[in-house]
Amino acid sequence: MTTEQVRELAQLALRIREHIIRMATDGGCFIGASLSCADLLAFLYKRVLRLSSENLRDRDRDYMLLSKGHDVPALYATLAELGFIDRNRLANHLKTTDFIYWHPNRAVPGVEFHSGSLGHLLSVSIGIALDIKMRRTLNRVFVLTGDGELDEGSMWEAALVAAAKRLDNLVAIVDRNEFQANFRTEDLIPLEPIEKKFEAFGWSTRRIDGHSFEQMEQAFSGLPAAAGKPTAVIADTVRGKGLPSIERRADRWFVNFTHEEIEMLLLELRGGASSALKSDPLFVR
Amino acid sequence: MTYEERLKQLTEQNPDIVILTAENRGAMRGLAPLLGDRFVDVGIAEQTLVGAAAGLALRGRIPLVHAFSAFLTMRAFEFIRTDVGVGRLPVKLIGAASGFLSEANGPTHQALEDIALMRGIPGMQVVCPADADELVEALPSIVDSQEPCYVRYVGFGPAVRHTARFEFGTAEVIRGGEDVTILSYGFLLREAARAAELLEAERISVRVLNLRSLQPLDKAAILQSVSETRLLVTLEDHFLTGGLFSIVSELLARNRAACNVLPVALENRWFKPALLDEALQYEGFTAPQLAERIVKRYREL
Repeated sequence: MTTEQVRELAQLALRIREHIIRMATDGGCFIGASLSCADLLAFLYKRVLRLSSENLRDRDRDYMLLSKGHDVPALYATLAELGFIDRNRLANHLKTTDFIYWHPNRAVPGVEFHSGSLGHLLSVSIGIALDIKMRRTLNRVFVLTGDGELDEGSMWEAALVAAAKRLDNLVAIVDRNEFQANFRTEDLIPLEPIEKKFEAFGWSTRRIDGHSFEQMEQAFSGLPAAAGKPTAVIADTVRGKGLPSIERRADRWFVNFTHEEIEMLLLELRGGASSALKSDPLFVR
Repeated sequence: MTYEERLKQLTEQNPDIVILTAENRGAMRGLAPLLGDRFVDVGIAEQTLVGAAAGLALRGRIPLVHAFSAFLTMRAFEFIRTDVGVGRLPVKLIGAASGFLSEANGPTHQALEDIALMRGIPGMQVVCPADADELVEALPSIVDSQEPCYVRYVGFGPAVRHTARFEFGTAEVIRGGEDVTILSYGFLLREAARAAELLEAERISVRVLNLRSLQPLDKAAILQSVSETRLLVTLEDHFLTGGLFSIVSELLARNRAACNVLPVALENRWFKPALLDEALQYEGFTAPQLAERIVKRYREL
């Protein structure tokens, strides 16, 4: 990967984050989790996935599923930047005239399946991966999960089955932003050591800095990591990444900012001062 | 033709059909070697079972999922509702040992709310064959339909002499009658038909309808019975809430129809675990017991 390519990825991720921030008003969005996976999505769509607006109906393309669902602003933004959907559609966020709301709907081109109820799409991905194996093609299934999502028993049920079926065309990426809703995972339901858990379930694992394109390049090259095994990439990320005023803050899970605050945050994203945010933090759970 | 033979035939005819199970192979012991990777056993993992079926359907497959009804419809309910239901995917869910058919397993295994749960999902078809013959006959239509479908599996029979081929939304008239109509589904149809014969001796003329397809429902046949007979009996091995009695009550309310209804179901309780015949006897679901209840209610009118 050249310096120029890394610079382009960073530019793409920056534009994705701008879109996410713009969706955090007039109803708001789950900004923290969307910002934590923005670099991962930029990298996967640009450098890993054999997936574009042209081959979306092709049976041999790669699949990319968002299991945690509430990080979908990052996906909408990526899809808009890469031409799957018109950028103008992002302004339809939360409007009944479109299907762009707090969780994914597959009526939006590029969204493979709906999610939002945690712990579902690893199982759905298994079905897709099984069919790819039956058809003896080389496409792969990538599924992005949350870390808090690993509390769900169905994740581990599916992890067992994926290993049993030797689905080495399946890659789970854990957006390890260390938070679940309003708590640090390690304070509520500790998850570490995550990679050891997956390994014990029969997966091969890689652990990377989820904001380092160089480390992503290494982790996602040469897949599968081991023949006959599904791969789990544990990506350490920062919830709210890019906005120091909301990074790693338990109360910035879901936010609905004023238009003024959005303007401050956009400046902050480009290196401006930390924003003086007045909107009430929202504790939903 | 057995259930297994039908599945074998359907999978030969249609390469898109994939059979999935959560280690419930009793009704299809020979299929795994024949189907190779088109037979997927996920082990005792019902959530993954249903999620994987949804994934296969997204790839254009027709997944036929065979598992214990109680665990399929309840352990994996949210996966059925959210992945199959919201996605409106053509996943075929075959629930074994529903109603009284869990026999002596006890309440953990009793699926007495499966129909209530499944019919509450938009787009879900609900099919309850009276016997193995009807199940085998219905399977091609079930597989051909583009909709998700829940089927109450029944592995024995015949329950009655069938008079009409299976069609979605069409009740089968097992026998005509002018005084009482028994509405039923599943293997209990056998008891309904026998009860009707016993009632004939009491000079009560009983119509018996096999409602095999509960969703879509043959509304016309039920409403016709409301206007033509004096007492409607809803007979089911299901909780009183959410099953056939509820279905009929909803239909009557919507059509501003009123009639005498005798519901026979499990009211607010699980049934006494026992082998089938004994359980039926204990719970009062045998033909003579049904006939007695119906006579009593009919004479009160």
